[in-house]
Amino acid sequence: MTSDRTVSEGQDQSDLFRGVSGPADLTESESVKGTPASRLPAFVLGEELAVLADRDPRIVVLTADLASANRTVEFKARHPDRFFDFGIAEKNMITAAAGMAACGQLPYAATFAAFSAILCAEQIRTDCAYPGLPVRVIGTHSGISMGFYGTSHHATEDLGMLRTVAGLTVVCTTDANHLRGVLRASVDHPGAMYIRLGRGRDPEVYPDVPAIAFGRAIRLREGRDLTIIATGAEVRPALDAAASLAARGIEARVVDMHTIKPLDEGEVRAAAAETGAILTVEEHNVIGGLGSAVAEVLVDCARVPFRRHGIDDEFAPVGPPAGLYAHYKLDADGIAGVARDMLAACKAS
Amino acid sequence: MAMTTAAARSGHGRNATPEFLADRARFVRLETLRLTRIAGAGHYSSTFSAAELFAALYYAHLRIDPARPDWPDRDRFILSKGHAAIGLYPVLADLGFFDPALLDDYTRLGSPFGDHPDMKKIKGIDFSSGSLGHGLSIAVGMALAGRVQERDYRVYCMLGDGELHEGQVWEAAMAASHFRLQGVVGIVDRNGLCIDGHTEEIMGIEPIDERFRSFGWEVQRIDGHDFEAILGALGELAPAGVGAPQMIVADTVKGRGVRMMEGSLNWHVGNLVGRDYDAVVAELQRGLAPAAAK
Repeated sequence: MTSDRTVSEGQDQSDLFRGVSGPADLTESESVKGTPASRLPAFVLGEELAVLADRDPRIVVLTADLASANRTVEFKARHPDRFFDFGIAEKNMITAAAGMAACGQLPYAATFAAFSAILCAEQIRTDCAYPGLPVRVIGTHSGISMGFYGTSHHATEDLGMLRTVAGLTVVCTTDANHLRGVLRASVDHPGAMYIRLGRGRDPEVYPDVPAIAFGRAIRLREGRDLTIIATGAEVRPALDAAASLAARGIEARVVDMHTIKPLDEGEVRAAAAETGAILTVEEHNVIGGLGSAVAEVLVDCARVPFRRHGIDDEFAPVGPPAGLYAHYKLDADGIAGVARDMLAACKAS
Repeated sequence: MAMTTAAARSGHGRNATPEFLADRARFVRLETLRLTRIAGAGHYSSTFSAAELFAALYYAHLRIDPARPDWPDRDRFILSKGHAAIGLYPVLADLGFFDPALLDDYTRLGSPFGDHPDMKKIKGIDFSSGSLGHGLSIAVGMALAGRVQERDYRVYCMLGDGELHEGQVWEAAMAASHFRLQGVVGIVDRNGLCIDGHTEEIMGIEPIDERFRSFGWEVQRIDGHDFEAILGALGELAPAGVGAPQMIVADTVKGRGVRMMEGSLNWHVGNLVGRDYDAVVAELQRGLAPAAAK
């Protein structure tokens, strides 16, 4: 051993894939920096499940060689006999979770959304949803949140794929407290569920743990000029966009549509009837996800100006997450601009 | 055509005679004929290869109670080669899991009984199957649940040999060994054929026994139509616990029991009509002749 620090050091694996290190850190929005870990989703998943498991012996947690990245290590530390690392074999993990559920367990199986949802779509459909088993498939690092790791690690199709599976509840979590609320509500929810997480460092929307009712959207801001319906990690920038729109005299209602299926159709109809224009915002292909789900409701009721905002049917380029959000106008400024363009186009026509 | 439930029960238990089991295997084949005729098509030959295995497991081995299909301590049986369900339904009915008359509408609109089994609709089916490659993973999950709950049931999983092409089988094989799930019992119905041809010509899978051994399994290789061998292998199984998972590779003949189907590629799915049907019924009622050469 020498005292010279000539050897590179490994990094804490819990921060692997988050791209938080490095001098030119473009991956963190300013609002996240300095947020205590207890307020970041990446750090509460395992802890919250461990607390729930203290009271509920059915709960087991499975992962596929990502216990550090998704913090299910916190669960492992508290309930080692109910934690199972399946290695890099996701299909086996999801199907085994179904086998556990068939014998009375309540499994939470977590890995990157690209692998839990997209790789294992058939296992979710055939082994979890078709038999109606209470498997909770957790997709972390969804959308383009993996940034420069590229398309193999992005998941911009998961909502569209899984929304067509009969009987599957599809939920996006917004921030750390919202994730806690979703997990608490999931314990006694019947049937299979897909729970979509962002990068795990999503900025705060809810200062306290909200009471979650699946299929019931949360209206976060009132407005009369349009409604921004957002989901997951896009809720915070949608709120920030609404604030900047207000400064220009545009009052936007903001809805957290956390449950993609079953969709809160009443909230969509109310948005159409009461605000007269709808903008959906999601970190997903504009085909198949939140925007499509909302569109399906709108074709059955009043025609209003409507735009689906997301990723326009392409594979995202490589880049740090914050750069990608700006590129796709999925940050607050971008969303505000899209909303203004949409309303201007309405007036012009 | 269906034998009475009472007659079946009289032989149920670990002392079932080979003659009784042979009669139940014949019942499986005859019922497969009858139900296929109702549906208009069915999986004859991959059910016939498993008939002795079904009979031995259900009439002489599994810890089950038809009066309590949800009994938490029962052994589980996963028919991963779900296309052989047509041979399992009559056994479950015969044992009393449900009214055998329900099978008279096999595959008709609204029937609980399709070509592949549905655990939500059929008592005695421990897991829905049909998509090959999933069953062994189900067994891993069920065995882990048994460990969490400190139960000593075994989980049996019957796989087709062509099914071993599926990569997920080997993920599960690795996991069963890694987690030391001694209560997982795999049974490969090694009938030699997949749909397009002989497995060794389509996608080779031998040596099956050595492959599972190299994955950390205890393996027995037996004649899957010989009750003495089947019961011997089942009797050798270690109890559920912490140890190597256990595999029985059962060498069988696809289409066994019907000369024109044995080793034939033409009867994976088929439908016998008219005099052909009657002739095959008569052939089966005479009992098994020596198998045709593979």
